[in-house]
Amino acid sequence: MAGWFETTFPFAVNLWGMLPPLLQELIIILLQVLPLVIVVILCVAFLTYFERKVIGYMHVRIGPNRVGPKGLGQPFADVIKLLIKEIIIPANSNKFLFLIAPILALVPALATWAVIPVFPGFAIADINAGLLYVLALTSLGVYGIILAGWATNSKYALLGAMRSAAQIVAYEIAMGFALVGVLMAGGSLNLGDIVEAQSGGVTSWFWLPLFPLFLVYFISGVAETNRAPFDVAEGESEIVAGFHVEYSGAAFAMFFLGEYANIILIAALTTVMFVGGWHSAFSGPAFSFMDDTVLAFLREPGLFWLALKMSFFLYLFLWFRATFPRYRYDQIMRLGWKVFIPITIIWIAVEGVMVYAKIGPWSA
Amino acid sequence: MAEFQNYTMNFGPQHPAAHGVLRLVLEMNGEVIQDADPHIGLLHRGTEKLAENKPYNHSIGYMDRLDYVSMMCNEHSYVLAIEKLLGVRPPIRAQYIRVMFDEITRILNHLLWLATHGLDIGAMALFLFCFREREDLVDCYEAVSGTRMHATYYRPGGVYRDLPDRMPRHQNAGNRSDKDIKRLNEDRQGSLLDFLEAFTNRFPGHVDEYETLLTDNRIWKQRTVNIGVVSPERAKQLGFTGPMLRGSGVEWDLRKKQPYEVYANLDFDIPVGVNGDCYDRYLVRIEEMRQSNNIIKQCITWLRDNPGPVMLDDHKFTPPSRVEMKDDMESLIHHFKLFTEGYCIPAGEAYAAVEHPKGEFGIYMVSDGANKPYRVKIRSPGFAHISAMKEMVVGHMLADVVAVIGTVDIVFGDIDR
Repeated sequence: MAGWFETTFPFAVNLWGMLPPLLQELIIILLQVLPLVIVVILCVAFLTYFERKVIGYMHVRIGPNRVGPKGLGQPFADVIKLLIKEIIIPANSNKFLFLIAPILALVPALATWAVIPVFPGFAIADINAGLLYVLALTSLGVYGIILAGWATNSKYALLGAMRSAAQIVAYEIAMGFALVGVLMAGGSLNLGDIVEAQSGGVTSWFWLPLFPLFLVYFISGVAETNRAPFDVAEGESEIVAGFHVEYSGAAFAMFFLGEYANIILIAALTTVMFVGGWHSAFSGPAFSFMDDTVLAFLREPGLFWLALKMSFFLYLFLWFRATFPRYRYDQIMRLGWKVFIPITIIWIAVEGVMVYAKIGPWSA
Repeated sequence: MAEFQNYTMNFGPQHPAAHGVLRLVLEMNGEVIQDADPHIGLLHRGTEKLAENKPYNHSIGYMDRLDYVSMMCNEHSYVLAIEKLLGVRPPIRAQYIRVMFDEITRILNHLLWLATHGLDIGAMALFLFCFREREDLVDCYEAVSGTRMHATYYRPGGVYRDLPDRMPRHQNAGNRSDKDIKRLNEDRQGSLLDFLEAFTNRFPGHVDEYETLLTDNRIWKQRTVNIGVVSPERAKQLGFTGPMLRGSGVEWDLRKKQPYEVYANLDFDIPVGVNGDCYDRYLVRIEEMRQSNNIIKQCITWLRDNPGPVMLDDHKFTPPSRVEMKDDMESLIHHFKLFTEGYCIPAGEAYAAVEHPKGEFGIYMVSDGANKPYRVKIRSPGFAHISAMKEMVVGHMLADVVAVIGTVDIVFGDIDR
């Protein structure tokens, strides 16, 4: 393949060789980043479609079905609509911050994808401190929300920003502690290694030994992305739209994209850290009987498994939204500080004892 | 030292939870409400004044537009006041029809209340579930009156016409499959009463469905228990009526305490709350839906067995039939007089109240003997309830304001009139 390319397009090879090595590396990274970002954005587009369909059916209605076959063109129609709408900047807002806030909300959600191990042996940036990078970037997203709420100079938006700030501080801690548990179990900060450590079937994934942490992490993730029932920062019926009340057009689209990219990200992180990432559910010796049957392909690890598990968590997000009433702001705080944080601390202690006494799947 | 000030926030009138045009000026310390000042009047249409300028029957339609989610109950009160002044009572069948439609209206109102209350607190699914059932009931409205909302069905001396023998059916306009149409028409093969009976049979199951989503839901309980507590004594002082009063534990229901029409013949219970909070009022209204469903069932049985006139035969104030007019001079004159100048009512005054879904809805009518009322005063339950808004929300958080607005069941049509 490569030889064919060299003989057919020798000038291309020459040109490539003439580039400084730093630039070569940059181009390779860009070529890896671009498909991933495009895939994530496409996922966002179809997640909104999926959301409207799923919630629609849960609400005994049909959901979008006008644009394209079965309404599949709806996300694109929405994008076009949002892009051609005017961005209204409130007269008394801080214009610089007002415009930079949506970017701040979106970029961390996309940047975190760099360390997610997408399929065996591949992540764009296979860095050692992957877990720390994830923690750092997911907590950066809140700046976009706080700045948006503050820069808008509206009381509703400010309330939304205050709620969001308090909420994210509370849940960030619970989330961090949950990740400490994963770190102890996986013995590494590298997400690829963490996935490796979970090899071997459903039972050897971390969700079983770390069950409380798994629940806390996922629920905190729902809270962190401001999704129902924790959507007080938007709080549609209370503070109208919260922090993005004055945003329109493309600026609003950025927040929207950021929120959904974050949802997908939380689903991916939960999958990677608690349910075995790209590992197959049937990979353990318990399922070796499947080897010679037509089901053998199910034992292969790969992107398919990551996508399947992520879809399950994404579905949970939508299910919550369709059924639950909204928490009140102080009740969310109580849940975060008085329930989740103690649970995580206790379980980390329990896990410490388990690791020390060499009980549990990680003892090897 | 920095000086801290409370935050004044304008809640509404364009606000998703303002239930129309409530403008609430909130003074807040952080998220905690220090003061709430409801501003009303944004939907004022001068109904009372308009009624002074037109013959009695012309204002029935205005009554529909007062509390526009419980239309027939508003009409009922107005029509009762006229009948009181005239000193007449409608035929018994008309009374049963009125009671049946009052209870249909109560379910309609409570469904809309539950839908919006749920939506305010974030339970989205409920909204569409409730509207699914509302659809069947507004179809009943349409079957008897021709309109889904503003019925103008009750008339002094009875109701406009008898219940139809054939429930209107869906026809395929090209946007549905034949299978869908068949499913929609399943209950519509018989009369209106058959359709309603099918509804009353399935409705308790639907109420169970709503309750599954809410009653034991921890989030729902956290959001409603101990929010907006009103003691029974205070509720009476504030002039609460209806579910708001019963939620506080006062057993007061005009249908039982001062029975009008045929309520005395019907078997139903009055649910009362204990704590007087949003959750109790929620439970009271849910139970009222079940009770209304039972009343409708009883009415259906009675109406099946007892055909008869639905309008008084006194053509001084009820129009003669078209057939009579063809060969009866007197009927023609009656018709002409009724449809040009209406009818006159002897001088006097009367107050007629019904147990409206929201509370006591009363009409105080003064007649000077002319063909129009001298004065019509509307006693709307929502007005008293919204006056207590401040008391109910002070000390709670912003999100609770929304819960309280929901539990009060505000509709601005009857507050602003």
